[in-house]
Amino acid sequence: MKKFNVKKFFVYFFLVIGALIMIFPFYWMIINSLKTAQDMTLYPPSWTPSNWFNFENYKVAFEKAPFALYFLNSIIVTISCLIITTFTTIMGAFAFSRLKFKGRDLIFSLLLGLMMVPFEMLVITNYMTVAKIGIIDTLFVLILPFTSSIFYTYILRNFFLSIPDSLYYSARIDGASNWKYLWRIMVPIAKPSLVTITILNAITCWNSFYWTLLVINSDAKRTLPYGLYAFMTEGGSDMKLMMAAATITIVPMIILFLFARKYIVNGVARGGLKG
Amino acid sequence: MQIKIDHLTKKFPDTVAVDDFTMDFESGKLTALLGPSGCGKSTMLNMLAGILPVTEGHIYFDDDDVTDMPPQKRGVGLVFQNYALYPHMTVLENICFPLEIQKVNKAERIEKAKEMAKLVQIDQYLDRLPKELSGGQQQRVAIARALIKNPRLLLLDEPLSNLDARLRLEMREEIRRIQQETKVTTIFVTHDQEEAMSISDSIVLMKNGVLMQVDKPQELYDDPKHQFVASFLGNPPINMIDGKINEDGDFELLDNSTVIKLNSKVGQVGQEVVLGIRPEAITFDEVKNAKAEIIQRYTMGKEELANIKIGSAEIRVYLSSDYTYKTGDIIEITLRDKGVFLFDKESGKRL
Ligand SMILES: Nc1ncnc2c1ncn2[C@@H]1O[C@H](COP(=O)(O)OP(=O)(O)OP(=O)(O)O)[C@@H](O)[C@H]1O
Ligand SMILES: [Mg+2]
Repeated sequence: MKKFNVKKFFVYFFLVIGALIMIFPFYWMIINSLKTAQDMTLYPPSWTPSNWFNFENYKVAFEKAPFALYFLNSIIVTISCLIITTFTTIMGAFAFSRLKFKGRDLIFSLLLGLMMVPFEMLVITNYMTVAKIGIIDTLFVLILPFTSSIFYTYILRNFFLSIPDSLYYSARIDGASNWKYLWRIMVPIAKPSLVTITILNAITCWNSFYWTLLVINSDAKRTLPYGLYAFMTEGGSDMKLMMAAATITIVPMIILFLFARKYIVNGVARGGLKG
Repeated sequence: MQIKIDHLTKKFPDTVAVDDFTMDFESGKLTALLGPSGCGKSTMLNMLAGILPVTEGHIYFDDDDVTDMPPQKRGVGLVFQNYALYPHMTVLENICFPLEIQKVNKAERIEKAKEMAKLVQIDQYLDRLPKELSGGQQQRVAIARALIKNPRLLLLDEPLSNLDARLRLEMREEIRRIQQETKVTTIFVTHDQEEAMSISDSIVLMKNGVLMQVDKPQELYDDPKHQFVASFLGNPPINMIDGKINEDGDFELLDNSTVIKLNSKVGQVGQEVVLGIRPEAITFDEVKNAKAEIIQRYTMGKEELANIKIGSAEIRVYLSSDYTYKTGDIIEITLRDKGVFLFDKESGKRL
């Protein structure tokens, strides 16, 4: 028989506790979204809904507020941001790592310096800008300020720098242009980094709230987080409906995370480049 | 293809990596670029490949001036020291890549790649990723990728330095075979003199960016034009003794402790010189050039050697077991004509 390993036991013990603490809010949210009005009156609150397939609250939530529309808005905004940001990040990272031009490092340092400016401050100037252009209260205004990211460019640039020069020269001798080299060699190699960046970015875009609150007025342009917020303030405080709405909001991110789990872990834990 | 370089110079901010090089590389031959670490071999190769701009001078491929031609137009294949295989592509995709860029259709390029893979004997690994291959196998892939576009010139930058001693022997024969089968003009960088001696048609020996001598391997060994050339080649290394030329035109140690008679008196009286004696250049015949004392006898591999002392200078020579001299014996030595060189002390030039 295998010997009982005390050290391992404690490690797993605490890991399990940690996991439970992390999972609990999600669990609580989901079971509450499935409870009936009667379940809600129980004291102490029950740990399970009386019927695991009671989707009544979801139905009511969808009736009370146009969550389907919010959902669509969120998808449009998030996917647009993702596509454009990923593209600009790749181009920027390539330029700052591979191309040689005057003042490259200076420009890059300045950009990094910009990261020190807190988002809340940028909001003011951004607001004035979009107000002047006259795109307030459109979906476009939710996309435009988030089409590039210095932070992601920085991460990807560092990854690109870790790819040996000889690969670049080799590709050039094989006849590849910069463009071809970028898309055929660099981007595929950087895939784990790119997936990590994309997921982080997706979560940020999906959850973006403050800016939305500021620039969106009409009901039809709301995204999910804003919709959820409005639902809570306008629709009274029916806990089970709120929990149903909250679940609708986070499900896509959970699905995304489950699909990309492998890449996130790889991306975070990736060492140098081998081979 | 004949390559001609004309007063080629490459300056980096704080070094001159290649200094005023003028020479020709013969068409269809395998030439080794040999020299100690940091002497500018890679720099030279990268300029030929077009990935480093030249500071001064010109490079000609046959009659075309390619000095400012971008790498993709030069028609060269380059194998890097670390092979530079694309890590996310399989062996087959790696070999196909240059043809993919040329937009050769898929069926054709795969057929061609398989042919190349057969030539370098990696056809059983086509579906593997580079990291699933051994160093020697990776090298073959790199060579196949360099050869598939039918380069006019194949450049290899220390391709063997990552391999263990046995594989290195095997692979250098392999490179020789591939080169002779394809007849492609090849330049091969190495800092290993034995490697250069064993597979190249000619050797370019350089030091600190300066061209020291270009010759066939044996001639470089037998007829060095410079002290550096003589001391760089040969294992065990050549013995170098400082001294001057006396009134009789013979060699005298600096501290006047002894005189070594020279077979050919090429120095000028009073000139400070360095006498180079290869370990195999000393025999024990009738002609007596000098007296020496046996200090120690030993074996290295299957060679038998001895340290002997001529005056105050200690040198290493071959001493076969036919001779029964013991430590402390005073013997008379004979200098052969071959393997004994006299260099000017100041310039290092051969006299
Ligand atoms: N990009 C560079 N910038 C500045 N100096 C450089 C650069 N590349 C090489 N050098 C210098 O040029 C000289 C020659 O370098 P090179 O790489 O050609 O040497 P090498 O003969 O290939 O040496 P090794 O056998 O170690 O590879 C060295 O002194 C090196 O420091
Ligand atoms: Mg080198």
